[in-house]
Amino acid sequence: MNVGRIGGLLSRHLYLYQRSFARMLEIFYWPLLDLVVWGFITMYLQDAGVSLHGAVAFFLGALILWDVLFRAQQGVAVSFLEEMWSRNLMNLFASPLTVGEYLASTMIMSILKVTAVASLMMVFAWVFYSYDMLKVGVSLLPFIINLVVSGWIIGVLTTSIIMRFGQQAEVLAWGMVFLFQPISCVFYPLEVLPPILQSIAWMVPPAHIFEGMRAVLIEGVIPVTHIVWATGLNLFFFVVIVAWFYHTFNICKEKGMLVRVGE
Amino acid sequence: MSKPILEVRNLTKKFGDFTAVDNISFDIHEGEILGLLGPNGAGKTTTIHMLLGLIAPSAGSIHMFGLDLAEHREEILQQVNFSSTYISMPFSLTVEENLKVIARLYSLQNIQQRVDAILEKLEMSDIRSKLTRKLSTGQMSRLTLAKALMTEPKILFLDEPTASLDPDIVHKIKAFLKEYQRNAGLSILYTSHNMREMEEMSNRIVFLQHGHIVAEGTADQIVQRYGQRDLEEVFLKLAREPKAQ
Ligand SMILES: Nc1ncnc2c1ncn2[C@@H]1O[C@H](COP(=O)(O)OP(=O)(O)O)[C@@H](O)[C@H]1O
Ligand SMILES: [Mg+2]
Repeated sequence: MNVGRIGGLLSRHLYLYQRSFARMLEIFYWPLLDLVVWGFITMYLQDAGVSLHGAVAFFLGALILWDVLFRAQQGVAVSFLEEMWSRNLMNLFASPLTVGEYLASTMIMSILKVTAVASLMMVFAWVFYSYDMLKVGVSLLPFIINLVVSGWIIGVLTTSIIMRFGQQAEVLAWGMVFLFQPISCVFYPLEVLPPILQSIAWMVPPAHIFEGMRAVLIEGVIPVTHIVWATGLNLFFFVVIVAWFYHTFNICKEKGMLVRVGE
Repeated sequence: MSKPILEVRNLTKKFGDFTAVDNISFDIHEGEILGLLGPNGAGKTTTIHMLLGLIAPSAGSIHMFGLDLAEHREEILQQVNFSSTYISMPFSLTVEENLKVIARLYSLQNIQQRVDAILEKLEMSDIRSKLTRKLSTGQMSRLTLAKALMTEPKILFLDEPTASLDPDIVHKIKAFLKEYQRNAGLSILYTSHNMREMEEMSNRIVFLQHGHIVAEGTADQIVQRYGQRDLEEVFLKLAREPKAQ
């Protein structure tokens, strides 16, 4: 891994974002809109006397964390799309840049996006709903880190499909993560799922993360089991997906896809 | 003669059942400009993409600086670069930003000076802050040439660097390349389907047709061997021959 080259690729994205109002808006627009809508729903539920314990913490917290996952995967997948759209893949992969360095730079991009969006959402939730996520922040940290890694995994999977199938798969950069939403138990506890889906959900790192988040937010306990499961599964899937990406990359080199994607 | 700086042996590329490059072998020596000439679809671009490690060969080997590309990708690519009329660079970055990113990808030192120097050399200083999307075709070609030359490669691959450019710019680019190549002792692999340009630019020509090498030598040698008046006639004669098999 050559840090200079990773930084070089990173600078390319930073130049881009610094200039592109549309891209900046893209980062902040949806999360804020989500927050507005869910904030009102939460208030309505409270007014209506629905006794959902810790309703505010429940929905707003889930929403912010969901966005962490979504942005983390986008940081990876959209970075690839940017290269595809600007037909820059050839310039990158004919340079000494390695596949590992490429992936690393997109993952750092995703950390930057997540940090920007999550901070803004937290401030917003605090100002408008007096919801202080930092109070539970430290105990949430292991979950947030795991969520970012889950986002990378889904992002690398998405990227490999886009690389292999080209522009027709582009929409996955926005849609893929929602495929995992039902079994990630973002807004409801795992126990509402039918038994079969419950066992599947146990294999899905984000399910453990959101389940654990509820334990932190509502019961104020740190659910070690869920952290261990999420971390273990994430490590496993991370290794598998990176190996898969290298494999796909080689197939694309054989088929001559690298020089054609984006056409 | 010195040891070749680039050695291609029995290089083959199949896409499914279609053979785009068929068992070709050639060398480039230090300071030499080798022209890869051939009609559209002959396999020129595919060959260059294999030399850049962007397409995996189906068979054969590629060595540069005595190293096998399959095993020493990073080391080799560090000393190689390419340009083409058909490539582009990120549109939302300025000329200067794009060059800086490239400089970092090639681990160059004193980036600002390097960028300034190459912009100066290619007479692009006035458009350094221009967004890449706003460049004319000629300016874009100069940008991709700047990105290739800035890294001071030992081997430069130029895939139809002058296609679709107006003659004035073509003239300038060719003159610049010749001069630069003479001073830097750079080796160049140059593709084109423009015979005049080939004759002017190359020390030696490899003529590719349906993925095969059908002729090789200096322009004069090739013209003589085929008993034609000039390279253009050889090209027409060869290009109109149906594919064997
Ligand atoms: N990725 C690919 N998949 C399938 N066929 C390809 C691919 N790339 C090139 N070809 C085919 O290989 C042949 C050679 O193409 P190319 O190397 O671009 O020729 P040239 O540059 O000499 O015009 C063409 O018939 C082209 O259609
Ligand atoms: Mg071509």
